[in-house]
Amino acid sequence: MTTLDTNDPAADPEVQTSVFAASPNEHKAHTVQQVFKIGFLAVTLLLLIPAAAILGVLVFKGAPGLTWEFLTTKPTDNGAAGGISTALVGTVWMTGVALAFSLPLGVAAAIYLSEYARDNWLTRTINVAIVNLAGVPSIVHALFGIGAFVYFLEFGKSVLAAGCTLAVMTLPVVIVSTRESMQAVPQAFRDACWNMGATRWQTIWKVVLPNSGSGILTGLILVVCRAVGETAPIMFTGAVFFRQFYASGLFDKSMALSYHLFSVSMHVKDVPEHVPYTVALTLILVVLSMNAVAIYFRMKLRGKKKW
Amino acid sequence: MVTPTEPLAAPPAHEVILKVKDLSISYDGKTALSGVNFEVRRNEIFGIIGPANSGKTSFLRALNRMDEFQHRMRVQGQITFAGRDISSIRNLYALRRMIGVVFPLPVGLPLSIYDNVALAPRLTGVRNKAELDDVVERCLTRAALWDEVKDRLTSLGSLLSGGQQQRLTIARALSQQPEMLLLDEFSIAVDPVTTMRIEEVLKELKDEMTIVLVTNLVQQARRLADRTAFFLNGSCVELGDTERMFTGGATDQRTIDYLEGRFG
Repeated sequence: MTTLDTNDPAADPEVQTSVFAASPNEHKAHTVQQVFKIGFLAVTLLLLIPAAAILGVLVFKGAPGLTWEFLTTKPTDNGAAGGISTALVGTVWMTGVALAFSLPLGVAAAIYLSEYARDNWLTRTINVAIVNLAGVPSIVHALFGIGAFVYFLEFGKSVLAAGCTLAVMTLPVVIVSTRESMQAVPQAFRDACWNMGATRWQTIWKVVLPNSGSGILTGLILVVCRAVGETAPIMFTGAVFFRQFYASGLFDKSMALSYHLFSVSMHVKDVPEHVPYTVALTLILVVLSMNAVAIYFRMKLRGKKKW
Repeated sequence: MVTPTEPLAAPPAHEVILKVKDLSISYDGKTALSGVNFEVRRNEIFGIIGPANSGKTSFLRALNRMDEFQHRMRVQGQITFAGRDISSIRNLYALRRMIGVVFPLPVGLPLSIYDNVALAPRLTGVRNKAELDDVVERCLTRAALWDEVKDRLTSLGSLLSGGQQQRLTIARALSQQPEMLLLDEFSIAVDPVTTMRIEEVLKELKDEMTIVLVTNLVQQARRLADRTAFFLNGSCVELGDTERMFTGGATDQRTIDYLEGRFG
């Protein structure tokens, strides 16, 4: 902890009559400031504990079982033995479908809301709807997915239905992150473009979108995180408890990692103790590795500061 | 061979390119400009001086029909540009191409220097590389920037210094091949040397286009403008020949006070 100059000759002979000697009030303010700084630091460090604990336990208990063979062989015995390949592939499928729908739709909606929409009751209603959509619990999304995709659109219980359910769930995230980053592009750039006779779309295409890449990538990261990890929305719409086949197409069912983790932890008998940890570790590694790519591109975009 | 039977009518002394009639502008009912009338002649530099909040920038925005993007902005009255009432023009893109704008704070778009200047031709569909190269070099040269940037045309325009960016925006405006160039207090963020260079550029450009120069530097208007209008609190107080106005010809007491620096 730093201390301020004082008039105490014992503590600091050089500054005895210094104009920099601190008044009682300054001493007090300085102490308060130090207390706050240390307090905030302590809270921040506290937050690291759960993150470190989760990762630590998973690595400690799960890493020994994480072998290439475990990832690439099909499960047997309801998941109690064998590997997790069908679940791993199923998760990649569902996440891919979710991305394929929610990214383009979300970015398009964000472009409309940020660049075209006037501030009127319709826009305000849409914004409220987006916020509410983000707040809907995932189990409710699951029920919506059954009704809308499995039965009404007749996708059946399939990878497509599960992916679409995840897409609906993640849409608000994509919209908000993209819209925010488009709003961060200075208005002066749009003004300059419009004054040159550019249409709104030309302005968006040439100036706004190229500078909101990092927001779109943030949306992508968040979609991946949620789509890979969510269990409830896919349980009823496309993920199965145990299956030894890869999905034959978009309309086929599949196992999925998150659901598999749920089953081997709770329902399957005679599972070796390390297996749930290994599955959980795999789940986290899938998220991290998919995100690493997006984070790399985002860093590249941000490093090249444009104004 | 037709022999004229009567002498040709003498051409009008000045061709009017811009005519403003009873122009009023308000934002949410708050008046920014009211009842303004004047004419701008082709190939002149028309200066608009006045303190802050006198409606100068609002006028420039109305001229380019930027009210399309500002829903709170209400424009009344008539602006005639190149013989057309601009409120009847539906192809606003063409109108805005014909009128180049330079803003108070330089706006280098976050594109390369080359792309900044090539943007306007590209927007109109020019793809030919040689043609674009030609436009870029010609416009940057005219804006007195070519020598400084010719070796780094691919670096970002938004990272140039303020004075260079302002010349870049002038080059960009020139690439539209405008009939009229609007400058809105262009020297606010520019050093004096660059200001002088840009002023020299403007004097040369006058032969090719009409220039409307909004400035809060009275002396800049005196140096450049052929005629000057004095705006105050949303109305045009006085309009006249610059030389006459600055040499004791101003009639309105408020103009005289402003020119002598007694307020504003």
